[in-house]
Amino acid sequence: MSDGPSFNRRRFLATAGAGASMLSLGGCDAFDAMLGQNDRVRDVLASANQLTYRAQRLLFGEEALARTYAPSEIRQQMRPNGSTSPNQDDYTKLQKNDFADYRLEIGGLVDKKLSLSLDELRNMPARSQITRHDCVEGWSVIAKWTGVQLSRLLDQAGVKPQARYVLFHCYDSMGATLEGVQYYYETIDLISARHPQTILAYGLNDKTLPVSNGAPLRVRVERQLGYKMAKYIRSIELVSGFANINGGNGGYWEDQGYDWWAGT
Amino acid sequence: MASRTTAIERGEETGPTSRRSGRLVYRQSIWTRLTHWVWAVCIFFMVTSGLMIFNARPDLYVGQQSGFGFDNTVLSIGAERTGDGGVRGVTRVFGHPFDTTGFLGVSGSADNPTIRAIPAWATIPSYYDLGTGRVVHFFFAWILVATMLVWWISALVNRHLWRDIVPGGKDLKRLPSDIGDHARLRFHHTRSYNVLQKLSYAGILVVVIPLLILTGLTMSPGVVPSWSWLLDLFGGRQTARTIHFVCMLLVVLFFIVHVLMVVAAGPINELRSIITGWYRVDDEESEEEGAR
Repeated sequence: MSDGPSFNRRRFLATAGAGASMLSLGGCDAFDAMLGQNDRVRDVLASANQLTYRAQRLLFGEEALARTYAPSEIRQQMRPNGSTSPNQDDYTKLQKNDFADYRLEIGGLVDKKLSLSLDELRNMPARSQITRHDCVEGWSVIAKWTGVQLSRLLDQAGVKPQARYVLFHCYDSMGATLEGVQYYYETIDLISARHPQTILAYGLNDKTLPVSNGAPLRVRVERQLGYKMAKYIRSIELVSGFANINGGNGGYWEDQGYDWWAGT
Repeated sequence: MASRTTAIERGEETGPTSRRSGRLVYRQSIWTRLTHWVWAVCIFFMVTSGLMIFNARPDLYVGQQSGFGFDNTVLSIGAERTGDGGVRGVTRVFGHPFDTTGFLGVSGSADNPTIRAIPAWATIPSYYDLGTGRVVHFFFAWILVATMLVWWISALVNRHLWRDIVPGGKDLKRLPSDIGDHARLRFHHTRSYNVLQKLSYAGILVVVIPLLILTGLTMSPGVVPSWSWLLDLFGGRQTARTIHFVCMLLVVLFFIVHVLMVVAAGPINELRSIITGWYRVDDEESEEEGAR
């Protein structure tokens, strides 16, 4: 999973919070019953997120760049968050070999499927940027990211006209459900995907991207919150929609009730 | 004027009736009344859902980023183990620790303490759910901004802003005597607001709420690439988050004082004016009007 809210802490606090809400007498818990997932009141409130998405897309230029910082602003390690050490067999096998056997597959609604090794990706023109990572929890960390622009790969593969979103399949498991292992996944629209600062990063602060931050490859989507920036990318798929993928909300955290746009 | 008794001296119940002699004036326009109540609802939901969002990282910093490898924390709410195996809530303000067990950091009953920064009774939802807190917060954020827009247009068109809200030189000259009147809970019921009212309403409407909106936008990674002046204006995303929190505290403080003043000044008359627009003024109103 990406730099979304920490899973264990979330679960712990949810349990703690549930205990507290039972104790509280006539506090704000009066509204709890209306705010569960799939509740109609919640759906109405959540429709404002669609308005936010449209308003930001309408008002702000597609090409506007996120702020970049001076090297002196890199004052600490990039904070690892979410999954920090995937333990699925296929991932640990790649990790043992320093990801020499890793291949990034790009498929779905493309003219030509791609399969690229890390060396092939590193030999493509690179882009480095010192940017601020904003987590949905509220914290920010400035770090330098190096990688290949996603737009370059999309151009190489050729995006079919019916494609609307880029779907990232990840190696990290978020737990198992009745349907099997639930892997982290994310989607972004093509405007975000083609943004010049959207890169598939293999380097962090002038070193190889460490496992805790998403090795071998994570996406940087600099104008959105951390949970959009999928780590441990297994493959990329161009899709026309995401209603039929997993929970249908376009991402792991989105299926847990977080907004898809994540621009606020 | 000196012979006039205060609402408190006469008691809240008898206050408005004993001023029956005063005439009713149309004090609050429909725009003032509508926006007032929409804001009341918005502020309730935004403060409580905002405190839920704050619980995800109950630390405030200054600058662009959050110091994990260095210290730029100005406020931090957490829990610590005590020697006897229990937990206590600790709130650090500029590094100074305060024991806030029972309220901040650790809340709930003594036998079953809950570790969370802001207690469940003050957040929406009451259980920990950042995603849902954000859904509630951003819905009411849109309503707040839309209501603000309605208020600014109406207040400029009907001159409410300059006539009633922004204090002028004459108002400021009255500041010392007005502070004295408030300290003695002596309230003059006139068509216009007194200077402390003007200052607090202007402070909230013209300064604090616009600051809340702007610092909220500064925290948005989707907004600041285009409006990067926001980052410079507030000195970074994390400083903006801290200002956002301080402004929230000011709104809560305003709310408490506002409700206390309504109760002290005669709740029936005050509530009537913000519901129907009609307000009963003191007999001396004609003199007051002349003085203005």
